[in-house]
Order: sequence, then structure tokens, then C-alpha cells
Amino acid sequence: MRNIWTIARRELYSYFSSPIAYIVLAMFAVLFGFFFYSAVAIFVQFSAQAAMQPGAPPMNVNQFIVQPTLGNFGIILLLLTPLITMRLFAEEMRSGTIELLLTSPVHDYEIILGKWLGAMLLYACMLAVSLLNLSILFIVSTPDWRAMLVGYVGLLLMGGAFLAMGAFISTLTRNQIVAGAVTFCLFLLLWVLDWAGSYNTSIIGRICSYLAIAPHFEQFSKGVIELKDAVYYLSAIAAGLFMSKRSIESLRWRA
Amino acid sequence: MIKVEGLTKRYGPTTAVNNISFEVARGEIVGFLGPNGAGKTTTMRILTGFLPPTLGKASVAGYDVMDHPLEVKKRIGYLPETPPLYPEMEVVEFLDFVGRLKGIPSADVPKRVDSVLERCALGHVRHKIIGHLSKGYRQRVGLAQALIHGPDVLILDEPTAGLDPKQIIDVRKLIHALSGEHTIILSTHILPEVSGTCSRVLIINEGRLEASDTPENLTARLQGHDSLWVDVDGPAADVELALSAVPGVTRVVRENGHSPRTAWQVETANDPEIRSQVARTVIERGWALYEIRPIGLSLEEIFLKLTSKEEAVEQALVGEPGADSSGTAESGETVPAVDRGESSGGGAA
Repeated sequence: MRNIWTIARRELYSYFSSPIAYIVLAMFAVLFGFFFYSAVAIFVQFSAQAAMQPGAPPMNVNQFIVQPTLGNFGIILLLLTPLITMRLFAEEMRSGTIELLLTSPVHDYEIILGKWLGAMLLYACMLAVSLLNLSILFIVSTPDWRAMLVGYVGLLLMGGAFLAMGAFISTLTRNQIVAGAVTFCLFLLLWVLDWAGSYNTSIIGRICSYLAIAPHFEQFSKGVIELKDAVYYLSAIAAGLFMSKRSIESLRWRA
Repeated sequence: MIKVEGLTKRYGPTTAVNNISFEVARGEIVGFLGPNGAGKTTTMRILTGFLPPTLGKASVAGYDVMDHPLEVKKRIGYLPETPPLYPEMEVVEFLDFVGRLKGIPSADVPKRVDSVLERCALGHVRHKIIGHLSKGYRQRVGLAQALIHGPDVLILDEPTAGLDPKQIIDVRKLIHALSGEHTIILSTHILPEVSGTCSRVLIINEGRLEASDTPENLTARLQGHDSLWVDVDGPAADVELALSAVPGVTRVVRENGHSPRTAWQVETANDPEIRSQVARTVIERGWALYEIRPIGLSLEEIFLKLTSKEEAVEQALVGEPGADSSGTAESGETVPAVDRGESSGGGAA
């Protein structure tokens, strides 16, 4: 446990002593801020119209602002998580520091978990930035914080899955650009997979839409935890980390 | 402390390390000597648990590197060829990280960091960013990193590669200072390094262990024959014939002398008597003898001999130390000398 934390801390340190963390957080702040702004703008417009019609039900902040904003979160992750994960192992292999890690008295799984945790901590910073935006809602309205909490649990799971898969791809190459590009392609594929499912109801279409990463977040964004969605993300995390471990082990044989 | 038995490492069809066995006792400084690509780094990587061997066993402090990798890693400090440094970190923070990674209790880490900073003379750059340091300093940070957990065994892969002469001397001094408390294996393809620092040399070439001995013994062993430097004022052709004719002389090679004198490198059987005979021969012919002195083979020559593929060299390698063996073991080399000896004898008669 201590080893995992040691590695995670160093990872976070590296993110923040290089421009990556700041660029990722800044880009995130702009993109998320825009999504949030447009959701609020639409909400304001709709509620003005609703006020004209007597008898219309009051509009729900969670449904009209929180849910679409968090729903769009995945698109940002699609773009930014490859930037976070591409250097995780590729950089260590290129500079030779992997030799330090692999000749230190730590288990392979501690190295993998430490690095993933480091990336998760940077991701948590992104979530904190998004919370700054959403907290404005608490000033002007009374959104349901429990639904929002569930949404954030979903975001942690989805982000964790992205980061674990990205970490795996980073173990495969010593070139960060290659790692980043392949990661982005994989994420994009996982993102568009449910398009196939939407017009194809055959078994393949159903498999595709189950494998797609975005639909599993829908219930989370509404504030509902569905077991199958949680299982999907948890197994994606486990698979990513397990394959990373295998890949690092194979380094010893490939090197 | 370190025991290696029949170690073999293959990468696909190429064999990087071929059936190497050796032992290193506690407190020894052993040098791996060999050209680039000889298998030094691979052997070290196997010892550190970074690579698994294809065949054979290696153990450190009684722990097998494959069965108990963590126990081995706790006891080894390893400096790879390129020091494993994170360029964006400060020296102190980096060492703090490595200290924790190597399992030093958190409370002791700052103390250990201070002590290695002092040891490696890094105190004044402790808050510098590693990426901004010069090569010599980075090498020292690399050493500090290997030392921080007070390992029993230090494995240093080409610790002085790419440093300027002053930095080389600094690093060598540092290694020497460490020799008391650590068992050290270092690799190099630069010879003075081994003769200067190591108590034993393992010469590795093409994955095979070619020789293992102290630098002094290695020199003696290869000598099997003595070499003399003879500076004579006389007609070159006659001098060569006369010198070759001396019984016990195995080879005569002309060197550059001060004209019109001629200088010769004379290889002889390992017998001091021959020196006086060589001197007598020269004087008796009425030539002036300016200089006669024994020359030892430098490690550099041994290295070249051991690692070059000439047949004569291989035969020299087989030769045992001592005068009596020279006749048989060096027969390959002796033949031409004897030929010349006979013909010169005929000419003189």
C-alpha cells in the first residue's frame, strides 16, 4: 500500500511539474465551462417559456442542467484522458526509469496501481474543477445533491475505465505519440460503438451497444446506480489494469 | 555474496550470455570487462532481477533472483548505463522518492537522503532540477540513488561512461571509498578503470566468460613469457637474426627506435637468465646496447588478446603461467622464431 502511494505521489508530482496537468486542467475548464454555460442558457430560455404557460410543471435543475452537463463529460474525457495516460509507461520506458521501478523491491501490481492512482488523482482535480461550476447551482437553486453524487460516482468509474485502458496502451510502446493516438482511437471506437446498436438489433448490434462506453453512463447521470453499468466500468478498470500488469511482466521477456 | 551458475540468456536466436559461472565474495570489487555487446549489461540485468535468465541460476546473499526477487532487490543498488532519473524532479525529491520505493521507513528517509547527498558530494545541488544538471552530476545522483538504502551489493553499469577525465576520477574515488562496506560489480570497456579500482576482473566476450583473475595475475598469466625492450645500435637485419637466435626467445618484433638505432620487442620464455643472454649476444657482436628492460603486458593488451579472434592469441590463452609450459603451449608462435633462429645460426656459422 505504501509503495502504491509512493508511486502515485511521484506521478502526480510529475504531472504538476510539467505543463501536462495545467494544460489538461485548463482545457477541461474551458470545455466544461462551455457545456455548463449552454445547459444553463437553455434552461433559462425554457423556464422563461414555461412561466408564460400557467399550469406547466416546475422545471427540474437536475434534469435540465446537471444531467446533460455530466452526460457531455464523456466527450471531454475522450479527448483529454489520452493526454493523461500516454506518458504513464511510455515515458518511463523511453528514459530508462522503468529499470529503476522494476529493480526496486516492489511488486508489479504496485507499480501499475500506483501509476493508475496518480492519473486518477489528476482526474479528481478535473472533477473538482467541474464541481466549482456546478456549485453555482446551489447558490441560485436547490438541486438534488444525492443525484449529483451518483453522477460523480459514475464519472469516477468511467474515468477510471478510460485511464486503466490508456495505461495499458502506454505499456505497449515507448513512444508517447503512438500511445496517445492509439488510445484516442480506441476510446473513439468505444464511444461510437452504440451507433451500430441503434439501427442494428441483431446480436452483434446488441453486443456493440453493450460494449460502448457512453450508454452505461446514462443512468448514472440521472442519479440512478444500475448494477450492470457499475459492473461494466469496474470490469473495464480491472481488465485495463490486469493487461497492464501482464504487459509489464512481458517487458522482462521482451526487453 | 553473489553466485552465478551456468547463466545463459537468449534473445530469440542470439545468445547474449552463454553459460557464465562465477562467484563474488563479500567486500570484493569485481570488474566486468568486455567490448560493447559482450553481455555485461545482460548479466547485470539478470542479477538485479530486471531480466529472467533463460538457463542457469543466480543468487544474491543466498536468495535466488527468480524465486525471491524482492529479497534480492532489497539488497542490490543498481546504476544502469543511463542513470534512471526523472528530469523534472529536484535532486532531493527524487532521492526521497527512491528511498521510499526501496523500502526505507518514512521516518528515516530524510536522514538517508542527507547522508547520500553528502557521500556523493551533491549537497549544493540538492534543490536543483535534475534535468538542469551536468552529466557528471547526474551520474552522481544515479550513484546516490543506488546507495540510498545501504545495499549489500552495488551493481554499476559503466559508471564512468561519457564523463570527462576529472569526473571520471571523482567517480572512481567515490567507488573506491564505497568498497569497504559494499560488494561491488562494475562493468566497463575502458581498461584503466578495472586495473585502478577492481580486485578482480572478469573478462566477458560474446557472452562467454573468457578469464577471471586479479589484474596482476591476469597480466602474469598472459605473460607466460616475458617481454623485453631492447634498444640497439646495429644493422637491423643482423640484430633481428642475432636476437632471434638466442635460446628461449620466441618472437622478435621491430619497434620504432631513435634512428639509426633500432628498438625491438623481444618475447622470451619466462626466465630472467635470458635477459643476460640477450645482452651478452648484443655486446659480443660489438653493437652498442642502449637499453634493455622488461615490459609487462598492460591490461589493454590482455583485453585485446582475449577478445580478438586470432588463433595465436587463443593459443596464448591456453598457455599456463610459468616458464616450462611456454615451450608447448606457444608452439604455434615458436615455430617461426625457431625457423629464424636456425637460419640465423646457419648464417652466423
